[in-house]
Formats: sequence, structure tokens, C-alpha cells
Amino acid sequence: MNGLAESLFQESGALWPYLAILVGGLVTYFWRALGVALSGRIDPRGAVFEWVACVAYALLAGLIARMIVLPVGPLAETPLGARVAAAVIALAIFFALRRNLGLGVAAGAGALVLLTWTLG
Amino acid sequence: MASRGSGGTTTVFGSRRAAFLGGMRRAMGVPAIVLASSYLGFGALVQQVGLDLWHGLFSTFTGWALPGQVALLELYAVGASLAVMAGAVALVNARLLPMTITLVPLLRAPGVPRWAYYGAAHWIAVTAWAAGQRDCPLLPERERLPYFAGMGLLLWGACHVTTAVGFLLADSVPPYVTLGLVFVNPIYFMLVFAAEVRARGRVLALMIGALLGPPLYLLTPDWSLPLTGLIAGSAAVWLDRRMAAARG
Repeated sequence: MNGLAESLFQESGALWPYLAILVGGLVTYFWRALGVALSGRIDPRGAVFEWVACVAYALLAGLIARMIVLPVGPLAETPLGARVAAAVIALAIFFALRRNLGLGVAAGAGALVLLTWTLG
Repeated sequence: MASRGSGGTTTVFGSRRAAFLGGMRRAMGVPAIVLASSYLGFGALVQQVGLDLWHGLFSTFTGWALPGQVALLELYAVGASLAVMAGAVALVNARLLPMTITLVPLLRAPGVPRWAYYGAAHWIAVTAWAAGQRDCPLLPERERLPYFAGMGLLLWGACHVTTAVGFLLADSVPPYVTLGLVFVNPIYFMLVFAAEVRARGRVLALMIGALLGPPLYLLTPDWSLPLTGLIAGSAAVWLDRRMAAARG
């Protein structure tokens, strides 16, 4: 790389965010492309497939729980109790209203705003 | 035009073009509103970590799959290296592999070039995937891929609009409302997986993973994601077998 490209792509360079986002996009598309390539050659009811799916879902659930209990970024300023209570309220509304996703999300976000506002 | 089956699902459109438009219509309404609303949260997060609108739109365009987009921004905000960001996004989005492997056979039709599947695969994300799993088997083979593509294109397009709206809102509403918008991200994931995942083994994986995630993050922030997945996922498979065996 020459000096200009280096200064654009290095951290805090103007193109650095685009480079990071593009790499994220490529990594994401890689799974989809690999899935197309493997589909038809792997039995979705097989034991290995089931294990891969369970690992993927467990990892995601761990991430979601971490984002609620130990958030990074702006949510870290809100009280832990408010976040957990808002998540429980979202789940309760969701299941009470026959798995209504829209109202569940709205209730959770609304509860966090109200609780943070009243507790904070 | 479309005829309606007993379950209210579309069964025959008559042409590939009609199937594509039918997929778009199917995605309009509740699926698009809910998924697109979750991108309000993403747009707000983009603004909160100090990036600009074009970064948010570029992310939704290239890396459309919300958990990975959020994980990337969180790591970007704390100054992580490119390798750490790529590794985290790969782990978080690994679920797209089993999802794609199960969906693509339902989209196949004779005479469709391979690249068409590689193109449509960009729209495999939980909303269109769940609808595709449900509706595509009921359609004639040649209408399945266009139907899915119609849904995917509409949902993807709507997410660009709300990424921008969320970004602009975050800048103009009171700070605690912005927090609510950012909180939409984890709440949306939590509910969408609670809604779509029904098989016992995967439900166990979600529950054990949620319990293990935070303590493992405290122990080792860098390795908590793969460790949570491996330990909780393997435990879920084992428990699922035990429960199946116990019932005989």
C-alpha cells in the first residue's frame, strides 16, 4: 500500500469504517454462499447438522443475554434492573398476546424508557 | 392471481413474475413493519457510536443480518481490530449456514441457473427464512425462488429506509428515548428466536446459551461467544437425546 491508501484505511482513516463494515458483510455472505454450496449434499436431519444448528443458536442466545445483562455502549448507562425487567415485560406481553412480535418489542423498549426515566 | 389455501397461505400465482410480486405483498404488513422497526434500533446505534448515515446504510446493504451488524458496531465502538470484528461477526452469523442449508432445497426448480440461488441467498435472514419455510413447499417449483426473492427484496429495501430513520431519530429525540431505540436490538432478537425456534433441542440450546453467555463473558470476553456456543449447544444436543430416550 502507498502512503495515501495507508492513511485512508488505517484506524481513524476515512475509509476504515467502510473496510470494517465490508469485511463484516463478506463474512456474513460467506455462510450463505457455503450453505447454497452444501445444500442437497448434507442431510438436514443428520446428527452433525443438528449439533451445528444447536451451537449456532446457543451462541446467539448467549450474545443476546450478554447484550441485555452486560451491554457495551449507550445501554451501559441504564440500570441493570430496568433492562432485565423490560426484557421480562417484553416476553410476558409477547406470549400473552399470542406471540405478537411488534407489541412485545414495543413493550420492552417502552418499559426500558419509562423505568430508566423514573429510576434514573 | 393468487388463490388462498385453508391456512391462509398463497398456493398458486400462475407465473414467476406474479410469484415475485406475491412475495413482496406477503412481506408487506406485519413482517416488514416489525423487521424494519428493529432497524430503527440499528440506525440509532450507528448514530450513538459516532458513525455517519452512509456507514449504517452500507452495513445494511452488504451485511444484512442484524445480530452481526450490531456485534460489529459494538466492537468498532471499543476500537477492536479487524480480525476480532471479522471473527465475532462470523460466529454470530454462523446460524445462517444451517438456515441456508434447510431453505435452498425448498427453492430449487429445474432449469434455474446456480447463480440465482447465490444471489437470493443474500436475503436469507430469519424473517424471510421462516416465511419461506412455511410458504414455499405449497407453491409450484418454478414460483418458489421468485416468491422468496420478492419477500427478501422488499424486507431488505424497507430496512434501508428504517436504518436512515433510526439514525435521524436518535439525533433528535430525548436521550432516554434513544436508549429505548437501541434496546430494540436485543429485545427483537430475543423474541424473534423465541417465536421461530420450536424444535426441543434448539429451544434447549437457546435457554442454556442465555444462562451461560453473561458469566462466560465476565470470565473471558474474547472467547465467551465460541465457548458459549460449544458448551451450551453440545449440552442441548445431549439433553435432547436423553429426553427423547427417557420417553422411549
